[in-house]
Amino acid sequence: MSSVLIKGASLLGQRTADVYVADGLIREIGAVTATADQVVDAAGLVALPGFVDLHTHLREPGREDAETVLTGSQAAAAGGYTAVLAMANTTPVTDTAEAAVGVWELGREAGLVDVQPVGAVTKGLAGQELAELGLMARSKARVRVFSDDGKCVADPRVMRRALEYVKTFGGVVSQHSQDPALAPYGSACCHEGELSGRLGLPGWPGVAEEVIVARDVMLARHTGSRLHVAHVSTAGSVEVIRWAKAQRIDVTAEVTPHHLLLTTDLLASYDPTYKVNPPLRPVEDVEALRAALADGTIDAVATDHAPHARHDKEHAFVDAAFGMLGLEQALSVVTTVMVEQGLLDWTGVARVMSGSPARIAGLDGAHGHELAVGAPANITLVDPAAQVVVDREASRSLSRNNPWHARKLTGAVVATFLRGTPTVLGGQLA
Amino acid sequence: MSRHLLSIDDVSAGEIQTIFETAAEMHDVQRRAVKKLPALRGRTVINLFFEDSTRTRSSFEIAGKWLSADVINLSAKGSSASKGESLRDTVLTVTAMGIDGLVIRHSASGAAHQVAGWIDVPVINAGDGMHEHPTQALLDGYALARHFGEGRAEADSLEGKTVAIVGDLTHSRVFRSNVKSLAKLGAKVVAVAPPTLMPAGVGEWAKSDGFSTSYDLDEVLPEADAVMMLRVQRERMSGGYFPSPREYTVGYGLTRERLGRLKDGVPILHPGPMNRGLEISPDAADAAGSLVLDQVSAGVAVRMSVLYHLLAGENEKENA
Repeated sequence: MSSVLIKGASLLGQRTADVYVADGLIREIGAVTATADQVVDAAGLVALPGFVDLHTHLREPGREDAETVLTGSQAAAAGGYTAVLAMANTTPVTDTAEAAVGVWELGREAGLVDVQPVGAVTKGLAGQELAELGLMARSKARVRVFSDDGKCVADPRVMRRALEYVKTFGGVVSQHSQDPALAPYGSACCHEGELSGRLGLPGWPGVAEEVIVARDVMLARHTGSRLHVAHVSTAGSVEVIRWAKAQRIDVTAEVTPHHLLLTTDLLASYDPTYKVNPPLRPVEDVEALRAALADGTIDAVATDHAPHARHDKEHAFVDAAFGMLGLEQALSVVTTVMVEQGLLDWTGVARVMSGSPARIAGLDGAHGHELAVGAPANITLVDPAAQVVVDREASRSLSRNNPWHARKLTGAVVATFLRGTPTVLGGQLA
Repeated sequence: MSRHLLSIDDVSAGEIQTIFETAAEMHDVQRRAVKKLPALRGRTVINLFFEDSTRTRSSFEIAGKWLSADVINLSAKGSSASKGESLRDTVLTVTAMGIDGLVIRHSASGAAHQVAGWIDVPVINAGDGMHEHPTQALLDGYALARHFGEGRAEADSLEGKTVAIVGDLTHSRVFRSNVKSLAKLGAKVVAVAPPTLMPAGVGEWAKSDGFSTSYDLDEVLPEADAVMMLRVQRERMSGGYFPSPREYTVGYGLTRERLGRLKDGVPILHPGPMNRGLEISPDAADAAGSLVLDQVSAGVAVRMSVLYHLLAGENEKENA
């Protein structure tokens, strides 16, 4: 394997040093005199551990017209990621060891990020019978995160059993918290409030999330198991999670970039680009989510990158597909709303985008490490001052449902290294 | 006037007055033996209905025909998403036939807004989900203006009048359009419904838009200068939003007893179709003050007026 010398990077924004990488590992940090096959000038750039996304939809198998493991991996690398967790709601669903290994192998072939499959909690995401959680865990894909994402494990008995069962192999259930009786799948699509009333859009009340989060933290306490709350979107959920952590209940949580910045009022145009599940919330929720990410109540930023073919978004708002792209702009959004606002420093960014998600996913060791000699050389270089105007046509994703299009954001990923090999250099795929 | 009529937001108070004035002229045409005007001769209007409708579709069809437009009805129910075609593709296909105006009804809120962004002919919203039904609100306002103006449809005759709108407000596009248009006409709206049929966030909404809300019909009725009863959908009757039809009628129906509590001559409106015996008693529907059939005839006149203002060229307007 080749060697790379990263010159003059600011490590986590704290001290400037050279980083010498060879054979996939960080070999030397400091004023490096050794020669390398490749030298990357990182003056003015911040070096962070490679990002880990707990929540990515890669659409393969089944909807290769919207995204493939390869194109999703390209978007992930461009966004500074070295590992992504591929959600299970593909066609067929990732609810068997064979399906999980299939996704894992596609990721290996693409070779740009570690694609770690998420297994379904229940067969076919139907919420009734447990999927083969143990076989997925024992497969070479080593599945540790289980989620019916897109659907909630709504039946409390099924959720209880899932939490109990994953304890045998240190797994975690990542819950899409949506009580389907209070926010019916498919129809509920707009934060319930004055705007949903005015627009006549079916309401998706915050309480439909909060009652599931509250129930699940109690189930996690009762079972002594690990719960992860996917895409937290309301201040009420934050309060429940904060309480649960104070009780030492084993719960973690993630927030998406879009819930950190975009608000309900964007729906006034009925533009399905802004249709996402859970829905965009009012500014009070957005502020609570930022504060919770800053104080550690929310552990991680996860993209919920959800590519959709253009024609699946060109229906009437209530008929259009849920979801928006996120992998390529996540770092810019976090820089803009957290770093620029003084809510997180770069150590904090490394925590919420790399260290914590790697630990939650059971990938610690391979990802989410400190930038230290002997650690795997998964490194992302960020230009903290770059001013970016997002152009959806420039995306590596196959899809164009990008809510950040034409927005001005701060911060850009310049280079990404996966085990010492550059996947992105100069902002372009290497 | 705005290029489209998607929402009451698209028309100012002055423009509503203009629409009423033209509607009054059109109304006279309805009583002639020969009803056709040449205003839209050679124009093609498509009524694209993604949702069943008899009265609104035929009202638009008659309005277009009496203006000499070629009117084609397209029922697109279940033809879009269920066949895999996007709404955009459906609408672009229809528009590519060379039409001059599109009247659209869709079960999804916002559909007309989205469509107007995709095509370059005038779009008239004939009802989008739970959002708006602007021609219904204009015809309601017109019928009320004629009532209060003693036959002359002066928009300012609603100034200061209290209009009670009663029923399933949550799911009602008629309510959402009327609450805007009646405000533009200077009327005071009181929205009456049980809490389960009030739209989300109606409290803040009412505060910023200057209407009021009440759960108590009996408290509101003695103050009302007009009462608009809204239909309660059959599928919402069994336990979901209120315990039973009987209980609804007792709380919110315009019963014979309540009729007696109205001020003299208070007009009663209903956009139809009526559930006689549920939200409106036969005594109320057929009362002297009932404007239900006036609303239907006003509907044709107002839609003629709207089609004329949005589709007629400048030359045709001068020669009309």
